[in-house]
Order: sequence, then structure tokens, then C-alpha cells
Amino acid sequence: MSEPDEVLDCRGQHCPLPVINLARRLPELPVGAVLRVLADDPAAAVDIPAWCRMRGQEFLAAHPSTPAYDVRRVL
Amino acid sequence: MSTSPVYLDAAAAAPLHPVARQALLAALDDGWADPARLYAQARRARQLLDAAREAAAQTLGVRADELSFTPSGTTAAHAAVLGGLLGRQRVGGALVHSAIEHSAVLHAAQRHVADGGTANSVPVDRLGRLDLAAWTAAVGAPGVALAALIGASHEVGTVQPVPAAAEACAQVGVPLYVDAAQLVGRAPLPAGWSVLTASAHKWGGPPGVGLLVVRKGTRWESPFPADERESGRTPGVLNLPAVVAAAASLRAAAADAAAETARLAPLVDRIRARVAAEVPDVEVVGDPVDRLPHLVTFSCLYVDGEALLHALDRRGFAVSSGSSCTSSTLRPSHVLEAMGVLSHGNVRVSLHRETTEAEVERFLAELPGVVADLRAEAGVAGL
Repeated sequence: MSEPDEVLDCRGQHCPLPVINLARRLPELPVGAVLRVLADDPAAAVDIPAWCRMRGQEFLAAHPSTPAYDVRRVL
Repeated sequence: MSTSPVYLDAAAAAPLHPVARQALLAALDDGWADPARLYAQARRARQLLDAAREAAAQTLGVRADELSFTPSGTTAAHAAVLGGLLGRQRVGGALVHSAIEHSAVLHAAQRHVADGGTANSVPVDRLGRLDLAAWTAAVGAPGVALAALIGASHEVGTVQPVPAAAEACAQVGVPLYVDAAQLVGRAPLPAGWSVLTASAHKWGGPPGVGLLVVRKGTRWESPFPADERESGRTPGVLNLPAVVAAAASLRAAAADAAAETARLAPLVDRIRARVAAEVPDVEVVGDPVDRLPHLVTFSCLYVDGEALLHALDRRGFAVSSGSSCTSSTLRPSHVLEAMGVLSHGNVRVSLHRETTEAEVERFLAELPGVVADLRAEAGVAGL
């Protein structure tokens, strides 16, 4: 997997905290930047793509083995 | 603030129908004997059991000898899946099911896989509708013994395309099991199934009574140790007073179903529209049109589902949630997961015959403030 611009460690956090922390951090990055969210809560696999859809951000990929989720800021 | 209770979780258990209460009390006096014995008290119990079976079968439009009572809807679902697979094990060991089956069906599927069988889960779309092309391909694969499709989702309300799914099964000679727990007593049953189950406490009957219907000519074999009760389909002595109450309330609920649909469906429409308009950052899920008349589900962004249930409970509202923090396994609902919709801050509201418009209005009036307070407490307002 290609290297993200920044990594946000949300391991050990339960839903909805990983999504909240993603929502706080992503707008601080420049448009086009890729944020990798490390999250071991099973709900993150559903909720991070859903958040991207609701917020118009781009969900790039899930890395289930880590587990991690890459999101690109587009707005 | 009024805290009179407002019960909005009929999809888990509907309040006991007055007809059920009446029948239950009468049958406690008359139906305590073992209906399989050969004396007067037993004959009376047998008459009650036969009448209950006849009434339930008539309501569902099936033959009485096709219908068995079980100790729960879950037992019925286990029997439907494992018995349907066992009856056709010569054909193969493959089970096909939708990704949004009830956990009772999925747990039976897990048992089947643990015993050496296979299970193929067919996806649904964002609205929770079965992928018919994938379903058709899956049931057409070699070695499929049984296909299982929920009639309508108990979590999001989306009605499944049972007739089309059944047609795909018929083309390849695979029997279809339909879990009709949310349909029986509320909506007409779809055509084309070979095995069907339901659960009495979903229509206002007492808890602890399930229905298992196996159509004539279906290859089905009991997965349980041998027992002569219920034509050998489910073991053990039935809770006959509860069975009598279940059958009586089923007839009453079915008789009122069209009127109840006409009353409740617009209330669900109102909840869908008002929640979407008045709660910011909310995702109302499930098919907006092809859905159950009494059930609606939505997810509130950045809100903890368990905190939301507790906050609503403090105001007297009983609802349920598919969020992971509300489940014992800390996993989000497999239904929400399969649909790819937001799983946290999830609330399922399900209405019943005692639900009033005023109760729905009170819920709608209080919900936006409850959600806003939780977001403010969590420091996520405006995020």
C-alpha cells in the first residue's frame, strides 16, 4: 500500500470515536492529502466509508490486515 | 417533561394482544394436560391444539398438517435451515442465504459449516435489497440443498423480492425457506416458498411460540433427536396455553393487518421525513417505498448508540439499536454492515397496534434535542 501523508492512530477506540477523530483531523490537512486511520473497532470498517459518503470525502481503501483505512480530503 | 412510557420496539416483541391474553387465561384452565394421552383431560387439550393449528393454518393459507408449533421463532428458524439441509443432503451440502438474515438463521448456517457444509452469503444493496443476479447465480451452483431469504428485514424494514428469488430457486429445483417473522400477522405472505417460519411475540402473541411451516412435497428432515410431537418436526411438549393464545391473536392481527398498515405506514413515513429534516447529519436507512409498514431505522453521525438508547429510555422511549456498542459482541449489526450504511448512533423504531399518533409526535418532538445534547456533551456539535 502506498504511503499516506499522515497516520491517525485510533486503535483501542470504540465507535464512534474513530470517526469523530477522523472528522476532526481531515479538515486540518490540505485538499488532496491522504489520511490513514488505524482503527481496530469493527464498526470502523462500516462507518469510515459511510462518513466519507455523507461528507463528500473520498474513501480510498481498507487494509483489513492492519486494520487501517485511507481517506483523501477532496473538500 | 412527561415520562409516561412509549414502547416503540414491536419488532423485538409486540405488546400482548388482548385476544391473546383472553385466550391464554382460558387455556390455562383447559389446556394443561398432555394432548398425546388417552383420557378426557388430554382429549380436551388435543382439541385445543388441533383448533389452534387449524386456525393458524387457515390464517396463513396453508394446510394444518403443514404447520407445526415450536418453542420459539429461533427454534423454528434453526429447524427450517438445518432440517431443509438434512432433507436434501444427497443433493449437496451448500446453503445459500442473504447477507441480512436474522442471526438465528446465520447461527444455524454456522453450525452447518462447522459440520462440514458450506454457506454462501448473497449481498444486498445500500437500501438492503437482495442482489437478485447474485442470488440467481448462487442458487444455480451445483450442490445447493437450500436457500434462505428473510421476507422483510427486521432491522431496516426493507421487503425482499421473495417471488423473484423463489422463481430463481424453482428454475433449479432448490427449495426456498422464508423467515417471515416480520410479515406474519402484518402483511400478505409472498408466494413461492417451501418452508416458512414466524414468531408469535412479533404479532402480539405470547413469547415462546414459533411457527414452522413445511409445504407438502418438500424434502425436510428433523435435525433434532427423534420425538413424536408435532409430526416429529419439533421435540417436546408444547406450551399449549401459549399456543392457543398465539393462534387466536394471529387471526385477530391478520384480520386487522390491512387497517393497521393504513394507519402505521403514514406514521413511519412521517418519522422518516421528520427525522431526516429535523436531526442534522442523520442517515435514514432501508428502502423508503418497498418496506414494512411499522418499522424505521436511522443512524445519527458521531452519536454513541448506547448513550442514545439510554437517553431515550430516560424520557420513556423504548427503542432498539444495531450499533456495536449495544451488542454483546461489540460488533455492528451485520445488516447495517452488509448495506454499507452508518452503524453508530443507530435507532430502530417499530410501531404496533397500541402506538398512537401522539406518541410518535412526542418522539419526534424530543429526538432532535436528545441527539443535540449528546453531541454537545461529546464535543462534536458542528463537526
